[in-house]
Amino acid sequence: MADISSNFLGIKSPNPFWLASAPPTDKKYNVLRAFEAGWGGVVWKTLGSQVKNVSSRYSAVDFGGHRVMGFNNIELISDRPLDINLKEITECIRLFPDRAMIVSLMADNDKTSWHELIKKVEDTGAHGLELNFGCPHGMTERGMGAAVGQDPEIAKMVVEWVMEAAHIPVITKLTPNVHSVVPTGKAVVKAGTNALSLINTIQSVTGIDLDTLVPNPNVGGKSVFGGYCGPAVKPIALKMLTTIAQNDITSKVPISGIGGVSTWKDAVEFMLLGASNVQVCTAAMKHGFRIVEDMCEGLNNWMDEKGFKKLDDFIGKSVPNITHWEDLDINFHIIANINQEKCIHCGLCYIACEDTSHQSIRLEYGKPYNNYTIKEEECVGCNLCKLVCPVDNCITMEVHRKGDEYINWKEFQKRGLPLNDH
Amino acid sequence: MIKNNRLSEKEYQENFSDIHPPFDSLTSAQVDANRCLFCYDAPCTKSCPTGINVPKFIKQITTENIKGAAHTIFSSNIMGAGCSKVCPVEKLCEGACVFNLMEEEAIPIARLQRYATEQAMEKNWQLFKRAPSAGKKVAVVGAGPAGLSCAHTLARAGVDVTVYERESKGGGLMTFGIAAYKVTPAFCEDEVKYILSVGGIDIKYNQELGKNCSLTELQKQYDAVYLAIGVGLARQLAIPGEELEGVEDAISFIYKLRDGGYPAVAVGDKVAVIGMGMTAIDAATQAKRLGAEEVTLVYRRSESEKPCTNVELDLARLDGCKVIWLAAPKEIKGANGKVTQLVCNVIKLGEPDSSGRPAPVETDETITLEVDMVIKAAGQMPFEQLVNTTGLKHSKGKIVTTDQLTSLDKVFAGGDAVNGGRKWWMRCRRGKMEQMLS
Repeated sequence: MADISSNFLGIKSPNPFWLASAPPTDKKYNVLRAFEAGWGGVVWKTLGSQVKNVSSRYSAVDFGGHRVMGFNNIELISDRPLDINLKEITECIRLFPDRAMIVSLMADNDKTSWHELIKKVEDTGAHGLELNFGCPHGMTERGMGAAVGQDPEIAKMVVEWVMEAAHIPVITKLTPNVHSVVPTGKAVVKAGTNALSLINTIQSVTGIDLDTLVPNPNVGGKSVFGGYCGPAVKPIALKMLTTIAQNDITSKVPISGIGGVSTWKDAVEFMLLGASNVQVCTAAMKHGFRIVEDMCEGLNNWMDEKGFKKLDDFIGKSVPNITHWEDLDINFHIIANINQEKCIHCGLCYIACEDTSHQSIRLEYGKPYNNYTIKEEECVGCNLCKLVCPVDNCITMEVHRKGDEYINWKEFQKRGLPLNDH
Repeated sequence: MIKNNRLSEKEYQENFSDIHPPFDSLTSAQVDANRCLFCYDAPCTKSCPTGINVPKFIKQITTENIKGAAHTIFSSNIMGAGCSKVCPVEKLCEGACVFNLMEEEAIPIARLQRYATEQAMEKNWQLFKRAPSAGKKVAVVGAGPAGLSCAHTLARAGVDVTVYERESKGGGLMTFGIAAYKVTPAFCEDEVKYILSVGGIDIKYNQELGKNCSLTELQKQYDAVYLAIGVGLARQLAIPGEELEGVEDAISFIYKLRDGGYPAVAVGDKVAVIGMGMTAIDAATQAKRLGAEEVTLVYRRSESEKPCTNVELDLARLDGCKVIWLAAPKEIKGANGKVTQLVCNVIKLGEPDSSGRPAPVETDETITLEVDMVIKAAGQMPFEQLVNTTGLKHSKGKIVTTDQLTSLDKVFAGGDAVNGGRKWWMRCRRGKMEQMLS
């Protein structure tokens, strides 16, 4: 059995799965249930100035009959009294001393407010702080949340205030509502943050009710942009994570990965791209805390199969495998092959290639089943047919190199090799 | 003893309720619709005799475009609602579903088709608009699937159609010749009503060709005539005892069941049904469901040659019907003019005959079944005598056509009257005539 325990800035947890700062972590009742279910840690829902929430608050994007492929919310930071939150945090730490307790913070935009809040939270015995520089709605209008995270200078200033007062590790959570997360990431690392976490939610409109014509979620006939998360945002989160993991400055601190993590596989992918642990919210909101069981078991089995003894053995392993386009090997060439034994003659590969790609699939009419084969000389190896094929391993991409030598675009140009060969 | 009124009202209701319950919500339909792969040049469509664009209508269900789904279905087959209940889909669309090749459950195409078409009927969606008048009049003889399909297509093209129907209700075999637990009489009536709601179709009931109207007159009165008279005569067994009381043909047995209400239909204690086609199954299962104690299907070939599908045969078996393979009726014996026994020759299979199946060869052995009712479902024959009187060119009563045009000027024909009733679902196909006039 592999060791899946996690050590993030000295904060220990039995597994690398934390619940992100969100509705599931806003009170003792939920957090105790989460710990009982087996979660390694929680980031307590953001504490700060008192707010008032609206109703409704959530909406979702369904896809192909599956609910909540993407999820959006317009909820604000904790709307419970600060002293109750602090008391409950203390109790949770006492009852589950082996779990990580991080508290998310968003104080008013002045040094004193931050210092006072940090002092109160540290008194609970919490293990770390997470700075919410990412909330995309409600708080930004008051100059907080994403309004801080979107401006590297302001973010830097706030982190400096925080570091003056903090005695426990500080994680700064980045907003994705920027053209690049790197400038703010660099600024807060320079200001002394101990770690980064990303991504927060992405501003979005999930859809419109086609009867009332009001977008979702509907608050008395009106809507606002909400923060998007869930499985749909994972690819964007992974990209942003990679840019942080590859930057000389931001990669110096540990990263907590967030954004659509639903399964152990998602978690492994985040960790392969440099996250030391992951935070989860939407998947738990859809299925409850019990999902952590398979996350732990799946991670463990995968590590055993791959021979990884501890998390550090694979964290960041895929970071070097994402490179620049001009460094890709132009001589690498693959050609699709359709396994005729497995083919169910649905024609999806054919119509995708014929209508939208390179007309590389041959069709022989049959009744009722047509036969489909690859025109090898036409295939550019784009993967489309394999991606749309409903049968596992029916279409495989086989390597047929154009040449033995590794040659990238820069070298290709230098040598004046021919273009437009297809 | 042959008697009616064997069961309580509740029992009749249970025995003749719908065997394919519909989806009860959009969500439940979408669970299956979402499984559909949306195949290109789809095997299901190619296996549908009416060429319904199955992936398209299923996709439309997933997008909540149920009106569009119904339009897609009805564009190819105006009887798409009835067909969704009675088609032997296990050997047509669903049998060709690519999921079968993955050992996965096929998409329930018929049930999805039913979902879309029933909503269209319930909500009376008018999905087709008549073209401006073409200034032409056409007479259609027969308001069965072929006649109604033709009438609807012509009406849409702006032709004024008059349908002459022998019965007092439309729908033909759909209304009179299919097991009631597949399509209820009420549904058939609604379906005809829905088809006619396009406008431009006038139906004259109780008008029989050769009795109340003649082809010559129709030719004079109309720009064209379409004969969709179907088949109707039950093939006789030509064995001794066929005239005994208690011998009935399946067509008239099912007709009575559809027409007169279940309690009125008399059935024996012990019933033999001769044949193994869909009609034989419909007769056997319904005899059982009317309260017969014992029902035995007798077929002269073996199971692998049976014309009905496995699903149909299972239906009969689940209803408790017995099956005797390789037995051909030799004689029906009786006492006091009533059936008491069915004697059959035991058969062995010989060399393939003209149908390509092993020929049934009689042996010296016989078996005797103690029965008081014999239902004959050995196939139907065209109205040869009637066709003879019209002067139409025909082959053993089957009207000879080229692209639906008969040997007579302006007279077209389609459906079973032409193909002999081998595959009833072919009746809904659109023909050349519609294209010519539209």
